Order: sequence, then structure tokens, then C-alpha cells
Amino acid sequence: MRNLLPILTVLAAIVGIWWLAVAPMNVRPALDIAERGGAVVVPEGSVERRDVSVFKLMLDNPSLVAAGYDLKRPRLPTPAQVGEELWKTTGAMVAKGRAWSKRSLIYHAWVTLQSTLWGFVLGTTVGILGAVAIVYSRVVDMSVMPWAIISQTVPIVALAPMIIVVSNQVGIEGRGVPKAIISAYLCFFPVLVSMVKGLRSPTGEQLDLLKTYNTSGVQSFLKLRLPASVPYLFTALKVGIAAALVGTIVGELPTGAISGLGARILIGDQFGTPLAIWSALICAAVLAGLLVTLIDITQRVTLRKMGFHG
Amino acid sequence: MLVFWAAAWRTNVWLANSAYAGMMVVRIAVPVLFGITILVIWECLVRGFGVSQVILPPPSQVMVVFAQSTDLLWVDFVQTVVKGALRGFLMGAAAAFVAALLIDRSAFLTRGLLPIGNFVAALPIVGVAPILVNWFGFDWHSKAAVVVVMVFFPILVNTVQGLRATDAMQRDLMRTYAAGYFQTLLKLRIPAALPFIFNGLKIATTLALIGAIVAEYFGSPTRGMGFRISTGVGSLSIDLVWAEIFVSALVGSAFYGVVAWIEKRVTFWHPSQRG
Repeated sequence: MRNLLPILTVLAAIVGIWWLAVAPMNVRPALDIAERGGAVVVPEGSVERRDVSVFKLMLDNPSLVAAGYDLKRPRLPTPAQVGEELWKTTGAMVAKGRAWSKRSLIYHAWVTLQSTLWGFVLGTTVGILGAVAIVYSRVVDMSVMPWAIISQTVPIVALAPMIIVVSNQVGIEGRGVPKAIISAYLCFFPVLVSMVKGLRSPTGEQLDLLKTYNTSGVQSFLKLRLPASVPYLFTALKVGIAAALVGTIVGELPTGAISGLGARILIGDQFGTPLAIWSALICAAVLAGLLVTLIDITQRVTLRKMGFHG
Repeated sequence: MLVFWAAAWRTNVWLANSAYAGMMVVRIAVPVLFGITILVIWECLVRGFGVSQVILPPPSQVMVVFAQSTDLLWVDFVQTVVKGALRGFLMGAAAAFVAALLIDRSAFLTRGLLPIGNFVAALPIVGVAPILVNWFGFDWHSKAAVVVVMVFFPILVNTVQGLRATDAMQRDLMRTYAAGYFQTLLKLRIPAALPFIFNGLKIATTLALIGAIVAEYFGSPTRGMGFRISTGVGSLSIDLVWAEIFVSALVGSAFYGVVAWIEKRVTFWHPSQRG
């Protein structure tokens, strides 16, 4: 907790910069609205103002800058506006007993979370099985490993629409499956790499010792290699779950999905409601934080039970 | 088809277990053979089951389309990669590097920023794409802005960590040489941080391409890889989309390869490169 004060300071600084940035970002629309409302604006007319820098506009119209903090469709909403929107779409909905309505962010976060978890499970399974195959077979190591690395340099977003088209044509209903595939694609790689490292982490002496006990291959895998790889696995899982969430949101963005946090961002863009985009973004950040923390706690408990120090 | 698969697999098994397995040629041949096998199986499956071209075109057709429309693909490449991704990557990397140097001067800020930076680096930042497209317009500026935001934090976090990688003994040695802050920075701490910095840069190469392509889904001039992919899916010219995916795979790998190559040349002294 030594880091708490510095973290809070940095967070406060970020919110402060954000709050200050609202004035220059919103001054133009604020002046336009004020002028339409009959206020005197220097210089007159939004076409005239286009070539004037925002800071000069703020100096010339000091009394109207505050209006930028209370716009309905701001270019940059204030932290307070985003917070209010978040509360309206989560806490207030729960209070009214409509937590699962389609306008509630909780519903959309749940949709995203489902795909993320499916993708996470799928990706982790593929990653672990792949790592076992790579550790035990030289051929798989030599032929698959380079492709696993190349697969991560391919921008997945280029593939995302194709995955959705193909799975639609194959007859898979709904958007859950293609989204899960995309997040599994991003998620499997860190797991694969760490598990290969982890399964290879026992030293030659340890493996020799098991040989003197006359253990079979399966036994030495279960008793030595697998337990030794657990710390590596958890580190990878934390990266993997964050990657899976990114994958799901990327899967929702370009494809015209109607539910999920990525879809909220898309719809917010199409209908020109920046507050919806910002609250969905914050919600995604909170979700990522919760998932990573959850795995972190599991890691601590499991490793302590298994007798790892640290 | 099965015969080909079995034969290719046998060859790979033989190559990997043979005495030549350590040789460079074999190390490249085995994965290449594996890749070719997958392409051949894809081709045979698509042709064998008569899968419609609208769903999944065979790789041979993708290559034909690729060869036919190089002009179009080149225009897209320039718009997305050279204008959007590369410029954004350079700006983001420079900004992150400068920010890291500034933050590094204060131990308090470093402690506060590392956890936050790590957290932000794991966030789905692509979501800001529509906001930035709204702010900076449809042309490459908004794409570069998305790329800047996406690559900033991974590079920042890695650089700050790298700058802390020297131990007290090494810094004391520089002091006994009467080296000032900038001399220590230039001769000791930046070289020691290079492996970390390159790690961040390598992560950022993929992110840069993802950012530039996603930003184009939210509005772009009538060229660019993301634009071509989203309209291609809509107008059912799927083979062109696959050609575009092929280009993006090529560019992604090349971009990563270039950064890895520079890393090899610059950090040749590091244990991880000598192995």
C-alpha cells in the first residue's frame, strides 16, 4: 500500500488535466449555442471563428467558457458528466429494478463478459494443450512455434469481420461464438508462451531425481512439470484475460453488433452521443480491472496453498 | 489430400529428429512445410466440398486477386500503414520516451505511474477510435492519433522499467567517474534500458496496425485497408478482403521483423541476444 498515495496523486492529475482540457475542446460548440441564444460573442459567426485559435476564443469570451462544461453533446465530456451517465445507466437502473433492461450498461457488460470468458476458456485450453505438445514433441515445437509468433503479428481486426461472415454462413446463430473465437485468438498466445517456459522450468536434476524414483512420463508430468508451471500460468492468465476482453470488444466494434460494450461504443458513435461512448469505455476499464484483480487474488491464494513463497 | 498431409508430416518428423535439426536451413524448412501443408489442406477442403467463394475463397484465388490488384492494395497500404500506423507509431514512441525520461526523474511519480500505466496498457483502448475520428476528421490524422494513444502506454511502462534496470553499483561507478545526470543517462541507463524499450516497441508494432485499421472502420477516405475490408465484406468481394488480410499479415510480420532486427543490431551485447 506504499504506492497508494502516488497512484492517487497521478489519478488526480489525470482527472485534473481532463477537466482543464474540456474548456478548449468545447469552447466552439458552446459559443455557437450561446450565439444562437442571443449572447454577444467575439468574433461573430461560427465561420469567422473557425480560423481563430481556441485559446484566443476563451480569452475573448471569458464569461461563456463555463457553458462548455454543461453541453448536451460535448466533444469532450467532463468527468462529472461521464460519472453521472455511468450512474444513470448502472446504479440508478438497479435502484429502479431494471438492471437487465437493454439500456443498462450492466446488461451490455454481461454480454461482453460472457464472450470474454468463453474466449478466455477456449484460448487458455488451446494454449495449455499446445504448450504440452510443444514441450513433448520436437516436431510440433519446430513447426508450430514460429506460426504462433507470426499469428500474433497479424492484426486480428482485419480477420474479425471474416470470422463473423464465415461462422454466420456455417450456420452458427448469434454473435457470441465469433466474438469468443476472436478473443481466444488474442488470449492463447501469452498462455502458450508462458506454459512452455513453465513446463520446461524444472531443472535436469529434478527430472533425474524423478527418474531414480522410476516414475512414468505421465507421473513426472503430473507431479513435477505441471505444478512447476503454475506460477507461470497465472502470470499468463492475467495478460490473457485482459487480451480476451480486448478481443471481444474488437469483435463487437466493426461488425454492427447490437449488444455488448463495443456495440454501445459503435451505437454512441452512430447516434452522436459521446456520453454513451465514454461511459461504455469507463465500464470496460472497470470490467478489465475486476477480472485482473480476481485472477490476482486466485493466484495469491493458490500459490500460498501450494507452498510457493513470494 | 490425406496422403499429402501424411507425407509432409513424416518429412517434418524425420527432419526434426535427424542430425541436421540444428541447421539453419532445417529450422526454416520445417515451419514452412507446415504452413504449406495448411494452405494445401485449406485449398483441398474448399474445392472438395464446393464451398462458395462468398464464404471462403481458396488460397490460390486469393493470390490471383492479390497479383491483379496490386495497385489498389498499394494505395491502401500507403494510406493505412505509411500515413496512419507508421507516423502514429513514431510520434507515440517519441512521446512515450520523453514522458518516461521526465517521469523517471521523480521516484514518487514513477511509483504512481507504473501501476496505472500497466493497467491502462491492458485496457481495450481501441474503443477511443470513434472519439478520435470525431475530433481529428476522416483522414490519416485521426488514425495516427488512435495509434499514438494505443502505443503510448506499453512503450512508456517498458521504458520506465528499463530506466530502473541499472543497479546501485553501476550508478556508483558512474559517480566515481564524475559523470553528470546526462552522461549517466546516455552512457549507462539508456543502453541498459534498451532491451526493455525494444520489448515495448515490439508489442507496439502489432497495436499500431490494429489501431490504424480499426480507426478506418469508423470513417475514412475511400481508401485504406480497414475501409477496403469493411466495404469488401459488405459487397461480398471476399477474395479481395483476404488479399487485404494477406497484406496486413505481411506488413505486421515485416514491421515486427524490422524492429527485432534493429534490436539485434543495437543490443548485441545483451545475454538474450548472445545465446
